[in-house]
Amino acid sequence: MTTATADPATTTTSAGPSRRRRPGGGIHGQQARSGWTFLAPVLVILGLFLVGPILLALWVSLSDWSGQGSPLSSDVGFVGLDNYTQLFGDSGLIRRDFMTSLRNNFYYVLLVVPAQTVLALALALILNQKLRARGFFRSAFYFPSVTSSVAISLVFIFLFTGSGAVNGVLGFFGIDGPVWFSEPRGVIHLLGGTIGIWDPAAPPAGLTGSSFLGLSWWEWLSGPSVAMMAIIALVIWTTAGTFMLMFLAALQGVSTEVTEAAEIDGATRWQKNRYVVLPMLKPTFFLVITLGLIGTWQVFDQIYIMSQGGPAKTTLTPAYLSYQYAFQNQDWGIAAAMAFVLFAIILIFTGVQRFIMRDKDAIAEKRITRRTAKARADRDGDDPYVDQESIGIYQATTRSSGGTGGMT
Amino acid sequence: MSATTEAPPATRREPQHRPGNRRTSPLSPGRLGLYAALLFFAIIYLYPFLIQLVTSVKTNADATDNPLGLVPDPFNFAAFDRLSSTDFPLWFVNSTWVAVSVTLGRVFFDSLAGYALARIKFKGRSAVFTAIIAVLAVPGIVLLIPKFLVLNQIGMYDSPSALVVPLLADAAGVFIMKQFFESIPVSVEEAARIDGASTFRIFWAVVLPMARPALITLTILSFQASWNELGHFIVASQDPGLYTLTKGVATLTSGQLGAGNQFPITMAAALLMTIPVAIVFLVFQRFFVQGANAGAEKG
Repeated sequence: MTTATADPATTTTSAGPSRRRRPGGGIHGQQARSGWTFLAPVLVILGLFLVGPILLALWVSLSDWSGQGSPLSSDVGFVGLDNYTQLFGDSGLIRRDFMTSLRNNFYYVLLVVPAQTVLALALALILNQKLRARGFFRSAFYFPSVTSSVAISLVFIFLFTGSGAVNGVLGFFGIDGPVWFSEPRGVIHLLGGTIGIWDPAAPPAGLTGSSFLGLSWWEWLSGPSVAMMAIIALVIWTTAGTFMLMFLAALQGVSTEVTEAAEIDGATRWQKNRYVVLPMLKPTFFLVITLGLIGTWQVFDQIYIMSQGGPAKTTLTPAYLSYQYAFQNQDWGIAAAMAFVLFAIILIFTGVQRFIMRDKDAIAEKRITRRTAKARADRDGDDPYVDQESIGIYQATTRSSGGTGGMT
Repeated sequence: MSATTEAPPATRREPQHRPGNRRTSPLSPGRLGLYAALLFFAIIYLYPFLIQLVTSVKTNADATDNPLGLVPDPFNFAAFDRLSSTDFPLWFVNSTWVAVSVTLGRVFFDSLAGYALARIKFKGRSAVFTAIIAVLAVPGIVLLIPKFLVLNQIGMYDSPSALVVPLLADAAGVFIMKQFFESIPVSVEEAARIDGASTFRIFWAVVLPMARPALITLTILSFQASWNELGHFIVASQDPGLYTLTKGVATLTSGQLGAGNQFPITMAAALLMTIPVAIVFLVFQRFFVQGANAGAEKG
């Protein structure tokens, strides 16, 4: 990523003497000058607040800086990978906390990504029908995506209080809702208890006896806590709207000729959706799942506002834990190391997903959808337009990243 | 360059649902199921906002005893009164100037960079573009602590500029502007270039006015993103005088105001901070929703 600061001087001289262009002379020189001038503000800001921070944090993650003075001063020591070994190797509170946060976030990702993708697709399929007031419903489903995570979290805290609206609705069905945000028990533990595999109060010794990376197998298998379920519900509800728009744009790109051909062949509505429309949405699935994975591993805002990691650390996430270690414990090396491990996790997850969903056809398909979209735009009167996908990416990255404006 | 009225999106819809069209049997089981699903989701999506609105004018006791009720008994504006005696107005002012500055900066700097990447030919251009795409891949939350480190190192921490400057440019915005500029025909600029206009002049007077749809899109996205930003403001300052709405209101839940059952005040705060974004959303929603492919420059 250091290439962002590519030096204009070196790039011009590297052109070599064989080129007729002389730096600073002629129309090409002017072009180069104005090119770099136009780019300068963005390069300076991204360099200073994106590349710079990464390098500085990399150093801090390898140092014993205590938060006093400058991390670059001479009395800060180099400790090698010590901070990283504390996360993975040494048994202790730090490893325990970090593994707990990874477990929590893993269950969170496991539920949020499929659920928000399916919900987004369902909403898009509904809105793709001929309906009255379609625009109204589209806005309604999308609105949470543009509202502040703070405002929405406050509303959900109220909805999920012990005597709140959610439990009120559950009461109609004769269900006695929990006090959501003070219930640390894991749903897999609870479900196992309900169907009689184990007794959550007296877990099987086989699972509690042995452990892996500081947590017992029983703890690893807890599932998301009830408190986490409330946050999961909120995030699915909020982010589905953005992804719905992406699916909707893709659905509208599916040519009616294809679907009509399927209808003529006697396909039912279900068959048409399942075997004709859905395969054409594969590039959109890919995008939505990638953005979902990237966003969900970064959950921060909701934890910060709603639970601060509690109850019993069951809503701790790596992003929030890293913040806590830095600003509350002044354990900057550890906090920076956590941030880098989180970065690596996101890269691994999206890489694995890329591998699983790899498909030679996908690229070709994408090209086709692009081309048809462009053809459509041309037909609509040659007006340049902003494509839906970039807006969606902007939305998804600014939003579900837990609110780090843009990717600055 | 005249601001022509945009073609309303409705005109583009194919006139298919006319009487006499084949799929007009009003209430087939399929249609019924569709409308049932629509109703179900509409309730799920709208009810929380209704509850928020109504609860903000309830009394504390009414909010607690009757969380699902949509009729406040009695109407009570105490929450708003109490909110105005907190730092809420200050937070609102801070959020406003921060969001406006960030938006102006982003729109201007991202357009400049997007134009350079789309149109100006110079060595290193594709390397810069690759770098900007790479930057897009860095998860924002990972930068939270690193950003504090840099702000602290360069002595910017806890100053008003710390809230704004790091957000002044963003890779996604550069990308959007570049894509858009590439879709504008080159011929438009050539006349101006032959007349000897400088690159900046061509950009400012010829190309930028044509980029109105993209500029509006980026304005809305930037405003919404910076208004709703939380993480950056948490690590950029600690002075209560620099709290923005997101950071300030988040303290309401942990502070004394959040204690007990004072839900009307948190709902009122949530409501008020949602209003500016809601207005922008309602006014410009087709830019959010449709990707803005209407009337750029015809005149």
